[in-house]
Amino acid sequence: MGDRFESVQQVRDGLKAVNYLADEGIAGVAFLADRLGKPILVEGPAGTGKTQLAKSIAEATGSRLIRLQCYEGLDESKALYEWNYKKQLLRIQADRGSESWGEISDDIFSNEFLLTRPLLEAITADDPVVLLIDEVDRVEVETEALLLEILSEYQVSIPELGTITAKQIPMVFLTSNNTRELSEALKRRCLFLHVDYPDMEREKEIVLTKVPGVTENLADQIARIVRSIRQLDLKKAPSVSETIDWARTLVLLGIENIEAQQAKETLHILLKYQTDIAKAAKELSVDK
Amino acid sequence: MLDLLAGFVTELRNAGLPVSLTENLDAMEALQHIPIEDREAFKYALAATMVKNNAHWRAFETVFEVYFSIRGPEYKITDGDESELDEMWREMQEQMRQGEGKGAAGGSMDSMTPEEIAQMLMNALMKGDQAMMRALAKQSVQRFAGMEPGRPVGGTYYLYRTLRNLDLDGMLDKLMEASRQEVGGELTPLEERLEKDEYTDRIEQFKKEIEAEIRRRLVADRGAEAMAKTLRKPLPEDVEFMHASRDEMQNLKKALGPLTRKLAARLARKRRHGRKGPLDFRSTVRHSLSYGGVPAEPKFKYPRPAKPELMVIADISGSVAAFARFTLMLVYALQGQFSKVRSFVFIDGIDEVTEFFKSTEDVQEAVHRVNTEADVVWVDGHSDYGHAFEVFWERYGKTIGPKTTVLLLGDARNNYHASQAWVVKEIQDRARHVYWLNPEPKSYWNTGDSIVGEYATHTDGVFEVRNLRQLEAFVEKLA
Repeated sequence: MGDRFESVQQVRDGLKAVNYLADEGIAGVAFLADRLGKPILVEGPAGTGKTQLAKSIAEATGSRLIRLQCYEGLDESKALYEWNYKKQLLRIQADRGSESWGEISDDIFSNEFLLTRPLLEAITADDPVVLLIDEVDRVEVETEALLLEILSEYQVSIPELGTITAKQIPMVFLTSNNTRELSEALKRRCLFLHVDYPDMEREKEIVLTKVPGVTENLADQIARIVRSIRQLDLKKAPSVSETIDWARTLVLLGIENIEAQQAKETLHILLKYQTDIAKAAKELSVDK
Repeated sequence: MLDLLAGFVTELRNAGLPVSLTENLDAMEALQHIPIEDREAFKYALAATMVKNNAHWRAFETVFEVYFSIRGPEYKITDGDESELDEMWREMQEQMRQGEGKGAAGGSMDSMTPEEIAQMLMNALMKGDQAMMRALAKQSVQRFAGMEPGRPVGGTYYLYRTLRNLDLDGMLDKLMEASRQEVGGELTPLEERLEKDEYTDRIEQFKKEIEAEIRRRLVADRGAEAMAKTLRKPLPEDVEFMHASRDEMQNLKKALGPLTRKLAARLARKRRHGRKGPLDFRSTVRHSLSYGGVPAEPKFKYPRPAKPELMVIADISGSVAAFARFTLMLVYALQGQFSKVRSFVFIDGIDEVTEFFKSTEDVQEAVHRVNTEADVVWVDGHSDYGHAFEVFWERYGKTIGPKTTVLLLGDARNNYHASQAWVVKEIQDRARHVYWLNPEPKSYWNTGDSIVGEYATHTDGVFEVRNLRQLEAFVEKLA
């Protein structure tokens, strides 16, 4: 199907070139998705780079990113397409009396009066695109059905126009924060990728690439402290983006070597709940 | 290959993973696009196409290890050819000789003494040397586990034997000591903690290597299908509370978080998206003003189901403690869905623990305090439902109102004390609902000293709640 990538390694290198460090699993699934022409359902804790993955793939392949942010109450007029009623009205009024009804009705249901929304836009695009359907778990189960046709067949059926088939198969990413179980029908159509917190080595690499001015030693310390904190029983473990924020703060403060005291004072950047902060501060300073 | 995959899929289904036909076909297609000799890629290709829920990952991994563990060059079971290992070993000795000036006899790994193995392991752990750790895992299994073909014992037995000989706990202390020396003096508490986490992590890894090695050998001995059967573990949501191992408990706890989040979202949605109620006349008239007095947009009243007030009375004696803990954790995680939650725990005495949950946001800590501080022992610390209920009725009976839903948690094994079932009847008269949740399988009810039947006549229902799935279903019904 697709031939954006030659091999898994190429995916990794491509992503690395745009500052996204993928592990074996991420790169492997992205490669397969391209080859099989299937969407990827990306799941995992918040702030582990799910959305960023789609953005980086777009950047690495030089494609345009089309994004559909999901929310409760999303419907087809905002996700798929909508008729441009105002323009249709104007058209009817402009031709009053000159044409027969049949001609007008044919005319007002044509491409000219169609407003494309993200999904349709991704299908009809001529240039290579990456479609990102963000936080798909926020829509209701019924709305999920909207996505099914486009995900499996890469086509959209519009009653007045017929079926529009994709000119080229876009890469599709769906992200989910797992606030509810997605329907079987949706899952079946996708490849599944669980993105977890990175292991220590990769986190260190991420800090090194994303934070300018950080020393190797500091990055190593940061990664190790964050790993220790994640092992605690917290309400919300620090995400990768929070790690990066923390690293930036430490660099700004000119800290080269993290002492327990400094770590405690800047913990609020990593953790967002008071109980979590108290717990981590206690754990980090207690001598066992 | 096809046969193997078919067996693999069958086993996945047996383990409880829903693998559909299309997913199976996808997996086949995916395999054509990846280099088949790359084990990691192979694994991810299968996982991405067949496992669509992260909670099922562990089950998948186990089955995968069993079916594909003895394939691939680096995983070959080697008894004779250990040239690579020997080389490492010699290198190590070389270093030691240079370092300490003491000449240990160079030789192959088989001739090493247990002390030497321990020394080597320590070095490997210090450096985090993966290849070395794998090699050592192989070696120690071969040496210590004493595996015999055809012997009908489980993998845990071999694991235990191997670990006993390695003394990994002592190893951690030694490692800490070594890193202290390396710095020359004391570590700061922060450094100490980090070092310790690092080493614990590596030791965990090493244990996993050993487990994998044992599994490989067992599979080679008994065949994949038989092995898969013995290793088959229930999915986290199907693990029974009463018989969960420590490991499974950890997984249960991890599974509880996402589950409550999902449940809360679902309940909130249920509340909001109730069906439309009768016409709201006032609102319709008010909105008609914007249409010049024409009621063009009818407005409806939405029914707002009342949030129930909840009283949880839980037996926290030995066997059912875990179950009570999970239920309390779940209930408090969903506090927002109830107008008020009060909780009581008992063994033979009863105590209110609502405060523990109120004073802290951290449910784990509250549960810990419940276990340590609540005053629940009256005479001997054996469950006495009768006395506990009696005291409850005396002290708190008046606070039960028509909005209250009472949950009784326990196996109703009363040690042949008086049942005092009249209390439950009184409670039922005052409360909106009384439910009994029993963590025992239905077939055990009313056997031995279980008198759940006696109480059941005065409740609105007794539910068998043996695992997270059943607990979730019950709570959804409740709220």
